[in-house]
Amino acid sequence: MSFWNRHKIFEKNATILIGGILVVIAIGGLVEITPLFYLKSTIEVVDGVRPYTPLELAGRNIYVREGCYLCHSQMIRPLRDEVERYGHYSLAAESMYDHPFQWGSKRTGPDLARVGAKYSDDWHVRHLINPRAIVPQSVMPGYPSLAATELELEDVAAHLRTSRAIGVPYTDDQIANAKADLKAQLDPDGADAEAFQRRYPNAVVRNFDGKAGEPTELDALVAYLQMLGTLVDFKLYDEKANLR
Amino acid sequence: MTNVSAGAKSMTIGETVLWPLFAVLAFLCLIGAGFAHDAPFAFHASLGCAASIAAAFAILNRYYDRPAKLPPQEINGRPNYNMGPIKFASVAAMFWGIAGFAVGLIIASQLAWPALNLDLPWTTFGRLRPLHTSAVIFAFGGNVLIATSFYVVQKTCRTRLAGDLAPWFVVLGYNFFILIAGTGYLLGVTQSKEYAEPEWYADLWLTIVWVTYLLVFLMTLVKRKEPHIFVANWFYLAFIVTIAVLHLGNNPALPVSVFGSKSYIAWGGVQDAMFQWWYGHNAVGFFLTAGFLAIMYYFIPKRAERPIYSYRLSIIHFWALIFLYIWAGPHHLHYTALPDWAQTLGMTFSIMLWMPSWGGMINGLMTLSGAWDKLRTDPVLRMLVVSVAFYGMSTFEGPMMAIKVVNSLSHYTDWTIGHVHSGALGWVGFVSFGALYCLVPWAWNRNGLYSLKLVNWHFWIATIGIVLYISAMWVSGILQGLMWRAYTSLGFLEYSFIETVEAMHPFYIIRAAGGALFLIGALIMAFNLWMTVRAGEAEEARAAGRLQPAE
Repeated sequence: MSFWNRHKIFEKNATILIGGILVVIAIGGLVEITPLFYLKSTIEVVDGVRPYTPLELAGRNIYVREGCYLCHSQMIRPLRDEVERYGHYSLAAESMYDHPFQWGSKRTGPDLARVGAKYSDDWHVRHLINPRAIVPQSVMPGYPSLAATELELEDVAAHLRTSRAIGVPYTDDQIANAKADLKAQLDPDGADAEAFQRRYPNAVVRNFDGKAGEPTELDALVAYLQMLGTLVDFKLYDEKANLR
Repeated sequence: MTNVSAGAKSMTIGETVLWPLFAVLAFLCLIGAGFAHDAPFAFHASLGCAASIAAAFAILNRYYDRPAKLPPQEINGRPNYNMGPIKFASVAAMFWGIAGFAVGLIIASQLAWPALNLDLPWTTFGRLRPLHTSAVIFAFGGNVLIATSFYVVQKTCRTRLAGDLAPWFVVLGYNFFILIAGTGYLLGVTQSKEYAEPEWYADLWLTIVWVTYLLVFLMTLVKRKEPHIFVANWFYLAFIVTIAVLHLGNNPALPVSVFGSKSYIAWGGVQDAMFQWWYGHNAVGFFLTAGFLAIMYYFIPKRAERPIYSYRLSIIHFWALIFLYIWAGPHHLHYTALPDWAQTLGMTFSIMLWMPSWGGMINGLMTLSGAWDKLRTDPVLRMLVVSVAFYGMSTFEGPMMAIKVVNSLSHYTDWTIGHVHSGALGWVGFVSFGALYCLVPWAWNRNGLYSLKLVNWHFWIATIGIVLYISAMWVSGILQGLMWRAYTSLGFLEYSFIETVEAMHPFYIIRAAGGALFLIGALIMAFNLWMTVRAGEAEEARAAGRLQPAE
């Protein structure tokens, strides 16, 4: 009986009630979230993972802007059929520089975690402009305007600087050359291509949309799609290294 | 006499502070629009400027028009309830509901017939989908919650709503947030965190509005005339406080420029995923569950004219629900790169969550004891009760889908979409409809609804719509999950991905048909509520006519 009487303190005092609510809702979140910031096993150190190049980052922002994550996941689960369909299961390290993460929650279309280097640039260009020209049964929207829209180049360095402020390890050198690097990644014969590849090892330099002229949004998006899942070399990756 | 009262009139503290504040805000927005780095930001800053000028003007205008004294707390010993903001939020809920259901029908049709995307940037599925989810959850659901919470807290505390301008600020400010968020999605302004897509400036504005909401609610509780805080208010309070915590936890972001819409979220990768689904699942748990359970605890007993079944069960229900819900987030991340221990915790607590959920369902359903016959005669009560039945169904399905092996099949498929909609259409939708059918006649002081027959039509059309929707999604979800993992006798994957897309086509058509029926039901409802308010007005006018003296 007394227990039910003791509850009256919450029923008669709004501030005690609000305090009780705050305590009760805090526990679960604290237990599940805080360890993720200090347990070393949450994100293992994996060779090859690097921050996005300025062009890839711009492409990623277009991917976010168009809501691609609503139909495409970027998270391969360690299940037999997924590994066979999409490739090696996704590692935490592969999305460690993703602000925000793009794991997704729905596969109206296939997973894209390892779509990079699977198809040609030309395939992506045609597919993004009109998906049903390549895959007749597809239900994906077409994005013809990407090819016609020039990429915003004014604040490239600001994007890198903001990313650094929240923990992505861009160097001073990378920030200072951000705009030049963005253009350099599209021009394999350009004078800056070599310096660019020194700053971003194993980044691919190509004219992604296949057209001359100023960088387009399509260039950036294809550059991003073509690098997804390609950073870690799974011939060298030792999955037992992090076991305890 | 009038001169004396006009001379004694002075501005309240709220009026003195707020109108210059809005004037400053208008100026800041004007600067923002001028220096904007991108077109959507310029557009939003202009909207902010216009809204601030309108707000400053409205406050001043109201001051000059109002009598010297503010509305009294009591008239003839009875509380002078504040119904204005409630009426506004009710109308807004109905408006956004229809808009949200209509966008839902459009995107459902886009999945069946992709040509409907029109291939224009602002009409593609990717931009309309957040518009749909935000419109139904935050615009429709949010306005229902604000309207009912302001009503319930006044009635059960027997006191007028705290604050003079504050309740209006909450209602109008919240709907302005919806406007910014919704237009932003169409223009490609999103931070891509599901159900938390609005960018940094919209988030900041919502924080201010939400804290004001909390203060109005809390101060009304504090000045209550009843010794006990009624159980519905516990749930409303938990909903408001927890949403504030979740919103702040999930959204810390650094804008690239204070004059641009783009920002980068502070959390990255695994941590961001965990924060997102801690938020995302508790947006379900506290916005779509705790808040609407408060509606259940007030409107069902009121409509059935029976007391709540068990007071002790409601205590257990309350504390167990809010404690357990917070843990359930990781079940959205099964088999991902999130550490296993977190996934296991998420699954375990999700299964435990089944118990308080059904405790609450039993408490709601059993309130009908001795009044079950009313289900035959009162379609509004029937709607409320069926909503609780849907709540029971989806809170059984949820824990089941949170089991890792089940989730390995259901995750990434339409089964999730079906599950969400059995909760959203069946539980949240129906309990909101039931509450609005009660609230509109009460708030506008009408004898009853214009037509119970139309409520009956609404009930059946919407129910058939829900059944079509969720059964189509069950079949397509499980079918797709099984096709993805099907192997031939030689050990090869049997289906290419696109074959599984093709197989969905008939179910997407059935789903769209179900959604269309649900929308038709809501249109019938809007007509019915409109006529309820208007018919009453005509009656009042007639009554006023009769009362005129004969000379």
